[in-house]
Amino acid sequence: MPVTTIGGKEVHVDDEGFMTNYDEWDEELAKQLAKNIGIDELTEEHWRVIKFLREDFKETGETPTLRRVSTVGGFPTKELFKLFPKKPAKKMSYIAGLPKPHGCV
Amino acid sequence: MKRLVVLGAGTAGTMVVNKLRPRLDPNEWEIVIVDQEPTHFYQPGFLFLPFGEYGPQDVKKPKKRFIPAGVEFIEGTIDSVDADANTVLLGDGTQLTYDYLVIATGTHPRPEETPGMDGPEFGKTIHTFYTFEGALALREALKGFDGGKLVVHMVDMPFKCPVAPLEFTFLADAYFTELGMRDQVEITYVTPMSGAFTKPVASAHLGNMFDERKIHLESDFYTERIDTDKNALVSYDEREVPYDLVVTVPLNMGADFVAKSGLGDELNHIPVDKGTFVHKDHDNLFVLGDAANIPTSKAGSVAHFAVDVFVPNFLRHIEGLPMLEQFDGHSNCFIESGHGKGLLIDFNYDTQPLPGKYPLPGIGPFTLLGETEMNHWGKLLFRWMYWNLLLPGKELPLPALMSMAGKIPEDE
Ligand SMILES: Cc1cc2nc3c(=O)[nH]c(=O)nc-3n(C[C@H](O)[C@H](O)[C@H](O)COP(=O)(O)OP(=O)(O)OC[C@H]3O[C@@H](n4cnc5c(N)ncnc54)[C@H](O)[C@@H]3O)c2cc1C
Repeated sequence: MPVTTIGGKEVHVDDEGFMTNYDEWDEELAKQLAKNIGIDELTEEHWRVIKFLREDFKETGETPTLRRVSTVGGFPTKELFKLFPKKPAKKMSYIAGLPKPHGCV
Repeated sequence: MKRLVVLGAGTAGTMVVNKLRPRLDPNEWEIVIVDQEPTHFYQPGFLFLPFGEYGPQDVKKPKKRFIPAGVEFIEGTIDSVDADANTVLLGDGTQLTYDYLVIATGTHPRPEETPGMDGPEFGKTIHTFYTFEGALALREALKGFDGGKLVVHMVDMPFKCPVAPLEFTFLADAYFTELGMRDQVEITYVTPMSGAFTKPVASAHLGNMFDERKIHLESDFYTERIDTDKNALVSYDEREVPYDLVVTVPLNMGADFVAKSGLGDELNHIPVDKGTFVHKDHDNLFVLGDAANIPTSKAGSVAHFAVDVFVPNFLRHIEGLPMLEQFDGHSNCFIESGHGKGLLIDFNYDTQPLPGKYPLPGIGPFTLLGETEMNHWGKLLFRWMYWNLLLPGKELPLPALMSMAGKIPEDE
């Protein structure tokens, strides 16, 4: 696993830049990660989603799918597309410091 | 007397009872299997029905024919499972108690989950080949199709046999080419994924095959609804894909009793240990096949490899011994590509599909990630193997765990 520096911190990432070590993440990093993918400011609403993702991962050991974030987390899908345009599943998990969602096998 | 109850007599459930009956002492073990449907469908054959390559009789046989002597088959609906009390309630009120339970009730298409899909246009301009009836209706629709926009669509991951819509697309391309009307048909592939397939090497390869065949790819398309007034698929980010005929893979969900019993995730798939299939809170409950939430493809081949790992584990587990085998997520899928050719992919939890030869390194006879006639014959031969070897629980000469032998790693 490659190591990279984000916002002055060394973190482990996969070849697409998704963080691979749950405990290396913090809120400052999230802000930097968001900037990397063109989200300049994380609003209250963004944070609520990110916190759900982190909590859910802790419980299940898997990055939640878009459908799970909407049905279990209660965030309408349409809203998620507004907050994290075009590729919400990937963008949310990238910012939340979780492995790339694999839902796709 | 101990009792093993198996829920679902599809691919996985049938294999399990055939493998376990001879290995469990009939004086000590009773085996019961429950299914609501008397007919066993060979689901991979549904792909060939719309093109008239298989007929209805090729893909169905009575379930009972595959249930061995010494196993009781109960035809009935499963209402719920009480995993704390070790009981199963059937729709007619019958209660079954068990010592061990195997859930193998699969995953099934739910057109009603997508607004606009399950309305008056279903079976007219909106079709699916994911059910027997659907595949036959689509056969008629293709016969009557005189050109226009054909859209192949999938609602969301995961769905069983993730390569099936790709195969349908290639076969449709070949079908219209052979009819001499390919230039009158515009084919679009609409997927929630970022490419033709998830895993990078295969996705790039399949993407090239799309370009060669002039198949348009609409990726990252997360469907909100079907607008049947406009004849268009509509995504959450407000893109629209117009169609004259749409062939869809509806959302796939596990059985309703799973939700009712509090066992499933948001799609009624049951989370279990991905190496042993045992439920984390109930060590007498196992989930095999499509019903399980494990990070590999939902496919008959996976169910087969999984059962091969499960059986020796189960025989040790009931003796109080540790389960020694660990499933690696092994999946092996033929991909029909049209004109009598096909591809083969072989992968697991950690290794993506790579080019090479299978099962014998350098020899094959099958070619990984390459289009050959032999691969197509493999796919057709598979139907015979399914009815005659796989379901009856006979040994197939294929190892359960994936092997790197014969594969060419990405960076070489
Ligand atoms: C079009 C298509 C093409 C495919 N092609 C391939 C392929 O090429 N290769 C491949 O490996 N796989 C392929 N598959 C996938 C393969 O068919 C499945 O993955 C496999 O059948 C899964 O087995 P299973 O035992 O988990 O579920 P199933 O075989 O679906 O069995 C589930 C059983 O449970 C029963 N059941 C469900 N709910 C209840 C209830 N409440 N009460 C009572 N009974 C219930 C059902 O009647 C059914 O008999 C394809 C599938 C489709 C649809």
